Amino acid sequence: MAFALTPEREREVDELLTRYPERRASLLPLLWLCQRQNGWISPEVVDYVSQRLDLSTATVRGVVTFYTMFFDEPVGENVVWVCRTLSCDLRGGKAIQDHLENKLGCTAGHTSSDGKFTLLKAECLAACGQAPMVQINDRYYENLDVELLDQIIDAHVTKGAEEAAREFSTHATFGAPTKAPISTAPPPPSPEAVRLASQPPPAPDPVGDES
Amino acid sequence: MSNPTKPLLTTRYGIAESWKIANAERAGAYRVAKRALTSIEPAKLKGEVKKANIRGRGGAGFPAGVKWGFLNPGPDDQVYLVINADESEPGTFKDRSLMDLDPHRLIEGAIISCYAIGSHVAYIYVRGELAFSVARLEEAIADARHAGYLGARPFGIDHEIEIYVHTGAGAYICGEETALLNSLEGRRGEPRLKPPFPAVKGVFGMPTIVNNVETIAVVPDVIEMGGDAWSALSRLPADGGVRLYGVSGHVRNPGLFEAPVGITMRELIYDYAGGMLGSRPLKAVIPGGSSTPVLDPRRLVDAPEEDQPLHAWHGKSEIDVPMGVDTYRALGTMLGTCCAIVMDDTVNMVEACRNLMRFYKHESCGQCTPCREGTGWLVDVLDNLCAGRGKLEDVDLLVDISNNMMGNTICAFADGTAMPLLGFVQKFRDEFIDAARNGLPVDVRHDDSVRRKVEKVA
Repeated sequence: MAFALTPEREREVDELLTRYPERRASLLPLLWLCQRQNGWISPEVVDYVSQRLDLSTATVRGVVTFYTMFFDEPVGENVVWVCRTLSCDLRGGKAIQDHLENKLGCTAGHTSSDGKFTLLKAECLAACGQAPMVQINDRYYENLDVELLDQIIDAHVTKGAEEAAREFSTHATFGAPTKAPISTAPPPPSPEAVRLASQPPPAPDPVGDES
Repeated sequence: MSNPTKPLLTTRYGIAESWKIANAERAGAYRVAKRALTSIEPAKLKGEVKKANIRGRGGAGFPAGVKWGFLNPGPDDQVYLVINADESEPGTFKDRSLMDLDPHRLIEGAIISCYAIGSHVAYIYVRGELAFSVARLEEAIADARHAGYLGARPFGIDHEIEIYVHTGAGAYICGEETALLNSLEGRRGEPRLKPPFPAVKGVFGMPTIVNNVETIAVVPDVIEMGGDAWSALSRLPADGGVRLYGVSGHVRNPGLFEAPVGITMRELIYDYAGGMLGSRPLKAVIPGGSSTPVLDPRRLVDAPEEDQPLHAWHGKSEIDVPMGVDTYRALGTMLGTCCAIVMDDTVNMVEACRNLMRFYKHESCGQCTPCREGTGWLVDVLDNLCAGRGKLEDVDLLVDISNNMMGNTICAFADGTAMPLLGFVQKFRDEFIDAARNGLPVDVRHDDSVRRKVEKVA
């Protein structure tokens, strides 16, 4: 069956088209609208989008397949992205992935048998200071441990994604320096810091070289 | 060299519901924009930004004022401002805070910048994952338009300014400015050949300035204080102001901090981020996002001659050199995005390197062969080393592949892959050789204390 956006979303598309001097520039936002409605970019969606923007289906497919976040196959009700890049990995990203695989009963890249969750590995999601973290649908969940993760996943099942996001999702935060305030001149490094930093010294010990 | 007793960039972060326009305005938002648009000439604004010595905050460190100076639009040209919020460099998480906690600062900066460079439209390109930040920005833009700060007559003057948020869809390469422009035009995010540079021929074929979120966010402070005064907040010459520093990895207090340009990595880790997690020794730190070569605190600066740029720090540890664009370049690394990834002695450098190289393999856009193939080969070789299938020659093979990637591609992605790899191999060669001989120890690098904490096991 042919794909069509809801009338409300059609009006959004009309507004989108006014934002750019070229029609084609609306492609990414339009694909987002379609994916939000349809769950994934089906061949019918590609047909609709290519007609709406006067592009070939090959052009649209070429764009869809380039970007990680456009799904060209159906996904579960919720999509869980677990960040596995270095900062998260240093703080237990692998443990988070292992736990999710056990809990959801599927390995990364797959959908749980009840269709509730698709588990995907993600590259750095720009929340490194609050590692480890996952993204579920379009919200971030940070500073995780398995207990909190269990609560979050369970809330998605029992209360639905929106309520779970309201309860548990996080936005950016800001820390206070451990030692305030900022001094004017570069202070000499503390001897303790130098000692900690110079573990096992193969070269001359930096402590001895401090002027 | 003065002492900023009050925070600038983050001054409104602590306010309750700081993202709402009424709260932001009560704390000073839009005052500078109003003054700038109603009483300051665009040329003067550009001059102040140039004097401020803002080194681009997106990673390359190019002076923003100089970039603006490249604009020379023809009479029929429409100038565009494009704000790069595709923050994806591993380890980097600063721009998200500006969008989440003080979107009106970014909008105010964008209004002033648009007016200064003669642009009527600004696009903020936000990475697709940051749907929450997009929502905050959209709401803030609507409020600013409602208040009369955007639209046909911002602050009552005859210079239309519109700001649109454009959402990406998951591609690290779209942070490269010409890939970003392609993505904005509805294409695959493949970088363009340069020249022409965006300031000559950017989005929709028009002169375009592409700046990072933080670069634009400092503009209100620069105009309020004056370029010279703002620049002097820094501890370094020709690299002005204050900036956001991020710390992630094995520190007690990971997060974001605002500080003058030119603090040292040691200060950042031990004074700001609370020191090492569990007081373990610091083994290595990636200073500004994964593309910047790693620093080894055991290594000492070797600059015995007086004319060497780092002579003042001769004999000190690498982490005692002030963090600036030029000082870090002299050190053989890059300041990048100023968001450090800190690793303690439990981390195996071959494994850390493999983690990052997997990232690059996943994110290479595939346009240029040396990068598309090279990133895959690096991962293959590293996989072999880690699995105990490696050979001693593999270590030099890594170096060889990297050298054949550098400088042979359209954009800097291949260099951004090869440089950190070379840094790892050069500074921690013994670990690579050990991995080639013996593979990795079984439970290497997943520090038990971290795992126990995450898994809540006593």
